[in-house]
Amino acid sequence: MIKAVIVMNTQGRPRLTKFYDFQHPDKQQELIRTLYSVLCNRPENVSNFVNVDSIFGPDSQLVYKHYATLYFVFVYDSAENELAMLDLIQVFVETLDKCFKNVCELDIVFNYGKLHTIVDEIIFGGQVLETNSAEVIRAVEAISKLEASSTTNRFVPKSVSSWRR
Amino acid sequence: MANSSSIMDSFFQRSLDDLIKGIRLHSPESSTSISSFLSKSIEEIRREIKSTDPQTKSTALLKLTYLHSIYGFDISWAAFHVVEVISYPQFNLKRIGYLAASATFNESTEVLLLVTNQFRKDLSSANDFEVSLALQCLSVIGTSDLCRDLCNDLFTLLSSTRPYVKKKAIAVVLRVFNKYPDAVRVCFKRLVDNLESSDPQAVSAAVGVFCELSLRDPKAYLPLAPEFYRILIDCKNNWVLIKVLKMFGKLALLEPRLGKKIVGPICEIMEKSMAKSLVFECIRTVVSSLSDHESAVKLASVKIRELLAEDDPNLKYLGLQALSDLATKHLWAVLENKDVVLKSLSDVDPNIKLASLRLLMSMVSEDNVAEITKVLVNFALKSDPEFCNEILRSILVTCSGNYYEIVFDFDWYVSLLGEMARVPHCQSGEEIESQLVDIGMRVKDARPELVKVGRDLLTDPALLGNPFLHGILSAAAWVSGEYVEFSKNPFELMEALLQPRTNLLPPSVRAVYLQSTFKVLVFCLQCYIWQREEVDASSLAGDLTSLGIDSKCGLQSPESRTLSTHGAIANSEQNLESAIRDSNWPFEDFDNQDALQENHTSALSETEISTQDPVVKLLNLTETAVVPLIWSHEVEVQERARNILGVVQIVKQDILGVGAMHETSGKKDFEVCEITNLFDDLFEEELGPVSVNAQARIPVPADLIFKDNLTDLDLIYSDLQLSSSTSFSLGTSRSREEDNDPLSNGQGREDLESSTISGSLLAQHRKRHGLYYLTSEKDETGSNDYPPATESKYLDKNGDEVNDLVKLTEQSLTIKKRQNHAKPRPMVVKLDEGENFIPAKKLEIKDELLSGAVRDALLENEEVSTSSKFSEAGKPSVERKGKETLVIDGPPDLREHSVTADSEVGNSSSRRSKHKNHSKERRQHSHGESGEGKEERSRKEKKKSSHHRHSRHKTQEKQGSSNNASNQTPQIPDYLL
Repeated sequence: MIKAVIVMNTQGRPRLTKFYDFQHPDKQQELIRTLYSVLCNRPENVSNFVNVDSIFGPDSQLVYKHYATLYFVFVYDSAENELAMLDLIQVFVETLDKCFKNVCELDIVFNYGKLHTIVDEIIFGGQVLETNSAEVIRAVEAISKLEASSTTNRFVPKSVSSWRR
Repeated sequence: MANSSSIMDSFFQRSLDDLIKGIRLHSPESSTSISSFLSKSIEEIRREIKSTDPQTKSTALLKLTYLHSIYGFDISWAAFHVVEVISYPQFNLKRIGYLAASATFNESTEVLLLVTNQFRKDLSSANDFEVSLALQCLSVIGTSDLCRDLCNDLFTLLSSTRPYVKKKAIAVVLRVFNKYPDAVRVCFKRLVDNLESSDPQAVSAAVGVFCELSLRDPKAYLPLAPEFYRILIDCKNNWVLIKVLKMFGKLALLEPRLGKKIVGPICEIMEKSMAKSLVFECIRTVVSSLSDHESAVKLASVKIRELLAEDDPNLKYLGLQALSDLATKHLWAVLENKDVVLKSLSDVDPNIKLASLRLLMSMVSEDNVAEITKVLVNFALKSDPEFCNEILRSILVTCSGNYYEIVFDFDWYVSLLGEMARVPHCQSGEEIESQLVDIGMRVKDARPELVKVGRDLLTDPALLGNPFLHGILSAAAWVSGEYVEFSKNPFELMEALLQPRTNLLPPSVRAVYLQSTFKVLVFCLQCYIWQREEVDASSLAGDLTSLGIDSKCGLQSPESRTLSTHGAIANSEQNLESAIRDSNWPFEDFDNQDALQENHTSALSETEISTQDPVVKLLNLTETAVVPLIWSHEVEVQERARNILGVVQIVKQDILGVGAMHETSGKKDFEVCEITNLFDDLFEEELGPVSVNAQARIPVPADLIFKDNLTDLDLIYSDLQLSSSTSFSLGTSRSREEDNDPLSNGQGREDLESSTISGSLLAQHRKRHGLYYLTSEKDETGSNDYPPATESKYLDKNGDEVNDLVKLTEQSLTIKKRQNHAKPRPMVVKLDEGENFIPAKKLEIKDELLSGAVRDALLENEEVSTSSKFSEAGKPSVERKGKETLVIDGPPDLREHSVTADSEVGNSSSRRSKHKNHSKERRQHSHGESGEGKEERSRKEKKKSSHHRHSRHKTQEKQGSSNNASNQTPQIPDYLL
């Protein structure tokens, strides 16, 4: 089971946090800080696994990938395969890239909702449910369409900023 | 009016994007301004969220959720608003509500009671995505109440014709079962059915759920093994195969016959698959659960070797890990790869270094332990502090394993402990401390060396300043005091124990120092008295030869000492003298330095008065050093100081008195002697190791009342923590980490490289496209090669050391015949052999409930489905009694009936199981093979077997009499794979 999915930048600022066991927000922030201090001290070109039993409790593994300014971090337990998790990060990033056309950190900052939609399509309650990024994109697009259609019949624009565009 | 104001609100409301932009404007500046901006935003949101306009309210909630997940604001106060937003009919708003609920709701959220109906409504929605929202949320926040109430709705969804909904409904079952085990009765059958679904997504989801469930409690899912086996054979999806392998890894440990079945397919996958992750999973399954299957292990070791040869650090790391799992049973596999293992010790990757260290330790044996540890300790000196400590820790653990099993030469080991204590950065003080004491108590022969090592540690003033070593010093002090008779120079020891810098020690260690001082003091006095007695004897007997004196010594030895101990004492008695001479104490009249033994008598008689001087000096020294401690705030220290001082004063009076009288005036002398003997008797009893079970052997007194409420324990505990944290300084590694922490340096510039990121990301993708660890079934034909890993920048700075290491250990690592050791291994006192200390291991109640429910469900399901089949087939079944039981008189081609009278059934059934075997054989002979389709057969068989198991409660009375009573019901079902 996957325990948490965290995307944070190389300054330690979280961009996406998803905990599949409930954690108090203070605890979440503390975990993220601890993880960051672990990750930023790891040299380049070393393995992507970190044992995080001391941070997340027994039977916790962490796998991360570093892309440009972002760390993609999955925390999982022994029910998952290490290399499969590494691949899942790849699937996730690939999906993001397709959704946002050359994704960059800004896309991730400003598309909070969509980001969650994507993660939720891939991981459901800590279980991996979809590993095909084309399928994920299809679902995400359908959801976006549905969202758009449920707003169009309103005369008030969705928000000031979208009105400004 | 209210309506129009809410429209205005909506117009001028900041959206989430606006909020984010605002935050970004503030972030490069100091953290105070951002926090004030955030709190202002929260205020704004608090106003907006009260709006009656759904749009305004949900936008406010979205912003709040964002602040919660990124900045860690507690938004539990908004729970009711979340419920409201969930209930909006617009999909986009509802989604915001569900997102907020998933992120913030938990068991203690009261308003959860209000969402049940909304969940139910959404679960029955015609819109797939609405159902999905509710399921998604349920999978994260589902409580036992919620799961109970929605159980039936879920049941309906499990056989939904909409694949998108169905896979999510299957996945949510995991949460529901965990929170509300009774749901098993409702949903289990449909969940099982999905294993055979034609929809691969449903199968995948169901396998995922079973994998999670069975890892927690594998036994309950044994009956489903045939299903999993079918998936293992048929399925081509790597993700699913990995999960199935994980399950078999657990199941095969419970049911050895299962191993035989699966080993073939697993080897096949291992050989053919291109997906590294799947191959690795196969390796792991073989290593952990099928390690008795020689051919599989061989293949796995070949595959491990391939992983080790990869440049990719991930694969190398995992290869080493798999190798270390293999080490316990198949050490040859590790030895085959020892070069790689040794080289990895100086890898840049901390994971790889650690794995390699673990492996190296697994290769350690009685014959090579000395060489390997020597090399490792040297290696530790050159490593970074963290890894250095890791090395020390693993040496300590390995060597002390099973009562120092691999240690043959304790003198060597004890001095190694001393050496390790001196390694800079050493943080294993506690472990070294306990081992020093433990060896002292368990291994008699190691004591002289222990005392020597203890002396070296105590006299080294540099060690006193390192708080990590205080434990070791305490052990050294204890050892020196307890086994002082082996000491070459008690006076020196005394000085070391009383040196002024001991005030750097924590009180607990100081108390040990004082106690040891006391022991050494008593020992010295004892020696002094014997010496006097000797002198008396010699003056009476005139010129006796040294031989004569020796025999006299033997005669005069107090009864409390054994003869051998006396030898040691007599020996150190002489040492005492020579030490006194060495240490510049007034002994001008000693003229014979070398031929001590020869001139023993004359020397003593000449200096009989002067011998008092060192003793008086000793007493004075003790007094001076101990006096300040009688005002110590620590009771332990104070009490012991006062005791010592009391004894010192009494003895000093007496000795001075004796000195004044100049000659042996029997009465006074007798008094000192008596006092000293009295105290010596105090320490006469040898301290020994304590059995781990010692406490358990003492019955709890009937009148002992335990406190129910232990709240005051926290108070005590916090005191303890406080004191310990103040007395220790932070390690260097820690403080360095803090220095580097950029969080404390304020926010960095977040999107400095945002323009370049997309480019590099794309490059990464291109480089990697399609070339994953896990090839998906679609591109199976495409890329077979794993992408060449990035050129490893292996700096050869440690190269030489490593090569040395390789050379040094070259010979010692090969499996040798046991050497003939020159001297026999000393005896190690063991107390707990044969006593198994089994900690009461209990499943969590919830797990028990769940597995119980699963067991029942499996049985029930099968009964319903098979009973009809049974009557159709009209074949008789055989039932047996109680727990034990049955062979199925089923279709003729059942070949591999479970014979099982395993550990489960236990002794009571062994007699019966014999019967069963016979009957089984008979049946096998009597029935020929039939041409039934393989698949169908297995299904049928599965059902039948389950049916039998299950129905044992109900049908045994009905059918029992008519059946072969000698057959037994296996607890573990038949595997007719």
